[in-house]
Amino acid sequence: MDSPCAWLKATVTIPNALGLHARPAAQIAKTVQDADVNARLATAHETVDASSIIDILTLGCVKGSQVTLEVEKCGARSENALRRLVSLFENGFGEHS
Amino acid sequence: MPEIETDEIILKGIGASPGICIGKAYLVGQEGVNVIKRYPIAAADLADEVQRFKSAVQKSKQELREITANSPEDIRSHLNIFESHELLLKDKMLYGRTIETIERDKVNAEWALRKVVSRLRRMFKSMANNYLKDRASDIVQVSDRIMRNLVGKESVNIAEIDKRVILVAHDLSPAETSQIQLERIKGFVTDRGGRTSHTSIIARTLQIPATLGLVNATGIIQNDDILIVDGATGAVIVHPEDHTIIQYEERRARFERYRADITRKSHVAARTTDGVNLNVMGNIELPEEVVAVRDHGGDGIGLFRTEFQYMGRSGFPTETQLFDKYRDVVEVIAPKPVTIRTLDINGDKPTAQTADCIEANPALGLRAIRYCLRNTDMFHTQLRAILRASAYGPVRLIFPMISGISELRAANKALTRARQSLDQDGLAYDADLKVGIMIEVPSAGIMAAQLAADVDFFSIGTNDLIQYTLAIDRGNRQVADLYQPLHPAILRLIKQVIDAGNANGIPTYMCGEMAADPIHIPVLLALGITELSMNPMSIPVIKDTIRRLDREAAHGLIDEIFKLDTAEQIEALIHRRYCDMLPKDAMCELN
Repeated sequence: MDSPCAWLKATVTIPNALGLHARPAAQIAKTVQDADVNARLATAHETVDASSIIDILTLGCVKGSQVTLEVEKCGARSENALRRLVSLFENGFGEHS
Repeated sequence: MPEIETDEIILKGIGASPGICIGKAYLVGQEGVNVIKRYPIAAADLADEVQRFKSAVQKSKQELREITANSPEDIRSHLNIFESHELLLKDKMLYGRTIETIERDKVNAEWALRKVVSRLRRMFKSMANNYLKDRASDIVQVSDRIMRNLVGKESVNIAEIDKRVILVAHDLSPAETSQIQLERIKGFVTDRGGRTSHTSIIARTLQIPATLGLVNATGIIQNDDILIVDGATGAVIVHPEDHTIIQYEERRARFERYRADITRKSHVAARTTDGVNLNVMGNIELPEEVVAVRDHGGDGIGLFRTEFQYMGRSGFPTETQLFDKYRDVVEVIAPKPVTIRTLDINGDKPTAQTADCIEANPALGLRAIRYCLRNTDMFHTQLRAILRASAYGPVRLIFPMISGISELRAANKALTRARQSLDQDGLAYDADLKVGIMIEVPSAGIMAAQLAADVDFFSIGTNDLIQYTLAIDRGNRQVADLYQPLHPAILRLIKQVIDAGNANGIPTYMCGEMAADPIHIPVLLALGITELSMNPMSIPVIKDTIRRLDREAAHGLIDEIFKLDTAEQIEALIHRRYCDMLPKDAMCELN
């Protein structure tokens, strides 16, 4: 098996009024897919695959809740991916909240 | 019931199948795809089934792209929904899981998809946040789209309608119409389609009133609205008032008396007043319709379309399955002949097997004989099944969409191979089986003299011949008025084909809807056609028409017609000359 994975992590707060609904979830999943990295989204209770919209939606994150973004470490693209993901949250997914 | 002010609305469309019905509307495609069939997939076919699912997803993706591309700038934010949907299509929880389910449970793609989606749905339903709960609807919408592409539009829920209703739909494909449980349907109402569309052919065959081409019926009519459909005049009345209902009830009774009257006389031969006998045969699509042909006095089956057995299934039917159905039809109508047309798929009849390639112009694409000549095993299977059925009664075999001599030779070669293989297997067939071609591509009409040498008969398929010659899509309401069977070019082409047949000693038949309209009969008679085939329902009227006419007297008509330049002039001439002899406009003016 692979060596134990190292994960880059960042904790963010859901900024937008409607929570992690389909559109933000789609943006997250697309970013992860485009970056071609393994990424997860974790709450206190659950961890899901960040490349799947449906998986993200099942977290049921509402405004103000905290999630941890985790990107598997494999070079610069992991860091870039994490940065892009964090900025999605910081920009409120382009929505007026 | 409380008094509600609901003024009746009268919509005007194309009367596609005469008759009147009064009942409740059932809108197709408004309640979502809700009933899915489950069937097992053999291990060897699993890869194909997965491929079928992938094709449906691919098609859905293209549709979403088109929606995005065709939308104006100002609904941008709305478009993000479609972008999310596009990502959802390939989401592993949906896409990956469905493929896994097909492979693991060895079931059809529709069932696997539904299983995955309903699990996701339950998951979302249990979520605390109301807004997110509703997000399940995105997944449902996406899966509905895939499902539509898997089964061919809205067919699934039509198949399970359990009340007697008037079906209201945007459009119905042949695949869908084939799934409808017709005894449950009182009438058809659609936005698209015209007199020669498949829905109207089926409706006439089954004597179900139909009004098509209403443009926006689905936008106006709501589920459970009371409707009156007049399939002769093309009127649809929504929320009719009491006196309107009474008036139409009377009309319905009158119409049914008339229909019963001509049907009673339908078993008498179609002989002109000067003693020329014509064969009036029926076109069928479902084997069960053979009964309708027999009951309406048909002299045989002039066109047995064989596509239905290939639709709504995965994998091609086996020789035995095909043979059983063909034999049923042959045995019911014997000793009258059955003309079996080899597979004419694609075009407007998509099947599961061909769904993976999307053609911009299916009517001009890989269909019918072209498709069969490239799928030789499947073609061989069908040819063997048809040949074997010929041991049970007179069968004629006909190749569709022949456009030139090399296709005909290739098809004949395939037939020879099928005969040889039956000889080897010691299976019986009729060695004198007659082989003909459809004349429906203009090039075949032009080359008729050359083609005649290699066949036993021609059959003019007017629906496609007119469509291809005049470049008119018969389903497109915008140009439907230009679809003119009496166009001088069409009549010249038909004459050329008949003359070429006569010169080579082979008969020319006609098996399109042109043959089902009384106004065309004097011309066809004058041109020398001796066999007409049409939807079974029209047989009594056409026989009745023929019995009123004199062929000798009709001869001069052709010279006069060929002096005229337009379809309108030709139609006016026939009206003038024959107005007293023809039954009142195919029953349209009965009211």
